[in-house]
Amino acid sequence: MGAYHRVESTRKPEQAVYDDIILAGDGWMRDLESGQVLRIVDLEGNQAADTLFYDADRPEDHYAAAATIARQGNIYLTTGSVLVAESGKELLTIVADTCGRHDTLGGSCSAQSNTVRYAHEKEHMHNCRDTFMLQLAKRGGDYGKRDLAPNINFFMNVPVTSQGGLKFDDGVSSPGAYVELQSHGRTTVLISNCPQLNNPCNAYNPTPIRILIWNE
Amino acid sequence: MLNTVIGAGGKWSGRIGRGKLLRFTALEAGANVSLMLFHAHDLTERYNMPDTLKAQYTAHLTTGHTLMSDNGRVLAGIVHDELGWHDPIGGYTTRSLTDDRYGRTTYQDLRNDWLRSGQENFAVELTRHGLGMRDMMPVVNLFSKVYCDENGAMHYVQDHCPAGSSVTLRSEMDVILALSNTPNPLDRRQSYPAVPVRLEVTQAEPVRGDDVCVNHRDENRRAYENTWAYYSLI
Ligand SMILES: [Zn+2]
Repeated sequence: MGAYHRVESTRKPEQAVYDDIILAGDGWMRDLESGQVLRIVDLEGNQAADTLFYDADRPEDHYAAAATIARQGNIYLTTGSVLVAESGKELLTIVADTCGRHDTLGGSCSAQSNTVRYAHEKEHMHNCRDTFMLQLAKRGGDYGKRDLAPNINFFMNVPVTSQGGLKFDDGVSSPGAYVELQSHGRTTVLISNCPQLNNPCNAYNPTPIRILIWNE
Repeated sequence: MLNTVIGAGGKWSGRIGRGKLLRFTALEAGANVSLMLFHAHDLTERYNMPDTLKAQYTAHLTTGHTLMSDNGRVLAGIVHDELGWHDPIGGYTTRSLTDDRYGRTTYQDLRNDWLRSGQENFAVELTRHGLGMRDMMPVVNLFSKVYCDENGAMHYVQDHCPAGSSVTLRSEMDVILALSNTPNPLDRRQSYPAVPVRLEVTQAEPVRGDDVCVNHRDENRRAYENTWAYYSLI
């Protein structure tokens, strides 16, 4: 199934400057200052944390999925991966990861993609892109649907074969697994804690995640 | 309707109505043309790499695959392909990558032989249509093969595209197509690949019940149904 690169962090939760829970199906958007470290914790395991990043000083410059994976020559993200924006700017580096690899190709669920992937009747179901758009709407006009670029799915398992196949598999994460990212500059983080009820990745049971931030 | 050659480093963009055939032909071996697609009447609707890949359970594109929008509709279908693999994950080149790999070039020194980047080509063509850097996204790299091993490592296949290879897309919506004939970022050759590509646009036959794209998977059929439902209101 491929190598997993697991690196633990020495940061202590009691020293964090921010500590909160995002319930399944909820969104979260916040700016990181330069040098701050964001930890996303998969509290119950196999949850997908759909995440996008923007240069906080230039919101039009978003995380670039293709540039990020081409730079690393690898479609999975883990400790050491540098996340870049479309301009080429380095946004964040993953500095710890006890899951071992994270998905860059699966993107986020939406009402419309649910009709394609599952059935026309699924359109009413809660989905990540609705969560993203609600968070963007609250930022007061800086952002719109154009800014919903392909995102990272932390903790999600999307294996690809050398024959060009792609599938969604049971999760590779576990309760308490986390990923930690250090911001190179001022970076806006947008998270949808996925409410997907049609996908085996989370055993059809979306669960909460925990967010911590340290100043360094 | 259109028969043009996009030279090495060149670019093209334009509005193309639904129901057209877009035939791309590599005039020499080793071509790579990056493309972006937008819905001509709602530029916020555009090609979505993840939706396209996960709906069709694929990490490459060939005959029968469709290029899906972020609104669950089909922007274009691949109706004919002689190569069997086009790359949706490698992305486009930037100015700094182009300078680092091939040496820094300027128009001042080399006039029109200077080496262009995908990033700049798309920035120009997107701005032409009221879009911009904000709308940059993963591209489809026609004629290139990039596969991933079980560890996720990406491998660019050097001799994938012989001279004369062609691939034909059919527009399923009114689209803005933007093209950049610039190298695949994962192509490790030290000399700038300079392969002209012909683009011919002609009228397509109406989509039939046994169509290769509609019938490729149930997911494709539902995406076509969404597309037809959209046009039934117009
Ligand atoms: Zn989701």
